[in-house]
Amino acid sequence: VDYQHVQVPFEITLWIMLASLAKIGFHLYNKLPSVVPESCLLIFVGLIMGGIIYGLNDRSPPVMDSDIFFFYLLPPIVLDAGYFMPSRPFFENIGTILLYAVVGTLWNVFGIGFSLYGICQVKAFQLQDVSLLHNLLFGSLIAAVDPVAVLAVFEEIHVNEKLHILVFGESLLNDAVTVVLYKLFRSFCEMPTIKSMDVFAGVGQFFVVGLGGVLVGLSFGFTAAFTTRFTKDIRVIEPLFVFLYSYLSYLTAEMFHLSGIMAIISCAMGMKRYVEANISLKSHTTVKYFMKMWSSVSDTLIFIFLGVSTIGENHEWNWPYICFTVIFCLIWRALGVLVLTFFVNRFHVNTITSKDQFIIAYGGLRGAICFSLVFLLPDFHRKKLFIAATTVVILFTVFIQGMTIRPLVDLLAVKRKRESAPTVGEQIHIRFLDHLLAGIEDICGHWGQYYWKDKLEYFNSKYLQKILLREYDQPKSSIVLLYEKLERKHAIELAQAGQLGHGPAHPSFLCSAFLCSSSDTTGITDQKWEDTLNPNVLDNIQEILTRNLYRIRRTGPAYNRHTLPGDSEPTEQEKEILILRHKSL
Amino acid sequence: QGPLGSAPVTSLLSLAVTSEQIEHLHRRFKQLSQDQLTIRKENFDSIPDLEFNPIRGKIVHAFFDKRNLRQESDGLADEINFEDFLTIMSYFRPIEMNMDEEQLDRFRKEKLKFLFHMYDSDHDGKITLQEYRNVVEELLSGNPHLEKESARSIADGAMMEAASICVGQMGPDQVYEGITFEDFLKMWQGIDIETKMHVRFLNVDTIAHCY
Repeated sequence: VDYQHVQVPFEITLWIMLASLAKIGFHLYNKLPSVVPESCLLIFVGLIMGGIIYGLNDRSPPVMDSDIFFFYLLPPIVLDAGYFMPSRPFFENIGTILLYAVVGTLWNVFGIGFSLYGICQVKAFQLQDVSLLHNLLFGSLIAAVDPVAVLAVFEEIHVNEKLHILVFGESLLNDAVTVVLYKLFRSFCEMPTIKSMDVFAGVGQFFVVGLGGVLVGLSFGFTAAFTTRFTKDIRVIEPLFVFLYSYLSYLTAEMFHLSGIMAIISCAMGMKRYVEANISLKSHTTVKYFMKMWSSVSDTLIFIFLGVSTIGENHEWNWPYICFTVIFCLIWRALGVLVLTFFVNRFHVNTITSKDQFIIAYGGLRGAICFSLVFLLPDFHRKKLFIAATTVVILFTVFIQGMTIRPLVDLLAVKRKRESAPTVGEQIHIRFLDHLLAGIEDICGHWGQYYWKDKLEYFNSKYLQKILLREYDQPKSSIVLLYEKLERKHAIELAQAGQLGHGPAHPSFLCSAFLCSSSDTTGITDQKWEDTLNPNVLDNIQEILTRNLYRIRRTGPAYNRHTLPGDSEPTEQEKEILILRHKSL
Repeated sequence: QGPLGSAPVTSLLSLAVTSEQIEHLHRRFKQLSQDQLTIRKENFDSIPDLEFNPIRGKIVHAFFDKRNLRQESDGLADEINFEDFLTIMSYFRPIEMNMDEEQLDRFRKEKLKFLFHMYDSDHDGKITLQEYRNVVEELLSGNPHLEKESARSIADGAMMEAASICVGQMGPDQVYEGITFEDFLKMWQGIDIETKMHVRFLNVDTIAHCY
């Protein structure tokens, strides 16, 4: 038995297997995931595993190596989040999101750091030797909201789109602030004296880290789009490019001490439009499935490791410090959200109701990023105290806040996600409104968000699309895409009912296609309608259908980790074949 | 004479725009009108960015539409003064936090009425199929590769959707004249127009020329 030879890959595979089996186990009991979020259950499993290992080996179980976390576990989750980020709500609320991410995080860091330093001054707690700098360092890693935890909890509670994007966007974008502050304070800890120049350098560094990360990401994203322009003959490796370029952008950013998370997000968002137009449908499905799978596995592993690492001798349980950490985290977050939202509402940047504010404050969950950062701290004699405090904060937020947020959302009657079928009319109206507002901004001479959006679209169509898209035929607008998708869906239904291919001037074809009914008595017989129901129009629709029979791309938000959009129509492939056969007869 | 000329200030206060916004808009008005007291349709041609807007015609038309200017008569005005300009701009003011239900409802209806007038170009109070087609064609006019037929089919489809939302199942002899304002309200129920349809005046713009 040559265990040493296979040990490393064997153990990795066993852990992943354990994670996946645990997931199956949870979903066997239907009621369980609705009460307890999955993240809690996974941590619980991790705790059990850690306990078993500790009992067997009588020493601390393996702690999650920070390198493994930052290099292998975190990127898939962030890539998944960035690729499927609904760009419209994101950019509409970008001002608010940035405000929360940057100013809010700074507020939290300094607030928590200084208050904890105040606590350390109390003689009874025996914490005198924890200096201000150490407290600020601790504050910088505990203050940031974690995207993994937020995603895990929020995707099960289905709040309205704006609220979701505010919390989620904030958790993603605060990485730049966290990285800068953490590195800054860490270097300050090692420097004998701190001059004000260093502080200003730190501030400047923030802009470099954030914007640099975005630039790196965008350049890799556009390179990826450009590469996919030439992959027409080797469709099989197309999905690989998406992953390779994104991962490269992350690693490159980390190499230059820039924000890797922002790089990977901007890479994914930048390349998405062009790559989706260039790659084949099968590659697109592959990309989607692989991303979801990897991010799901990562997510599960992270939580299990969190549980495992909690057991052991890594902690110093100074309860006053720990309790005050938790309290201050909550208080400063609530205050920060209140103050910032007051300004946001006052200057009409956005309108956020008080219910939403509560959920934003309450949804500030901490997770594995804090955990890894605390392990990366240089070894000084109070490190174990910080580890213990971080563990308790994470467990508190994930368990208590994670479990109670769903009943609270129900109790407060927070506006939920609108579950309605998309309509072509709605797309038309939204587009109309966009152009109207852009026009009004031009007339007012105001360079507002619609103006810039317009300008960006213009730049995109004039230059970017020509370079990055394979055949430069303008990609269809969302109105047309949605229309074709809906038409196709109803044409399938009609084909099954045997009505397609009949004589063209039957009024009920066009009508029943959109009235979602299988009865054929809904004719609209106004004089003006007569001339629409002539053979030309119907031929045209059929022509659009045949031309676009395989080109369906879902354009809705896709937050859910567990299911892919479109999973609920398994027999669609069969219907497609039926339609083709019908036409060839 | 101040920027408002002889117009009484009290009537403008009801438009709920602040005085600094009025200053800013007045400067812009003077720029557009080339220091005249009124603007005509041709003055809008001097805005370069507006050219690329697919619904340019409708936007300019909306400024001169008497229904939007809250005047009793119908049809189009030839020229508008600064007070009318402000009236149109007030349709785009942002929502205030302390509005109650009734105010919010009125706020929303006002904005939707403005949009309705833009869709309904012949001023007969209904959006007919032809008018809807016209809107979709203009919106998709930026795509040179899209045939006119497709735009028409899309409009037809959207009209049917509207019919189904507003009237539900219709009998074989029923005639759907067009979208009335009540139907229009129903169609927009899903979109929160109170927060979407506003222009943030408070950010000081960078291209208003001062003199």
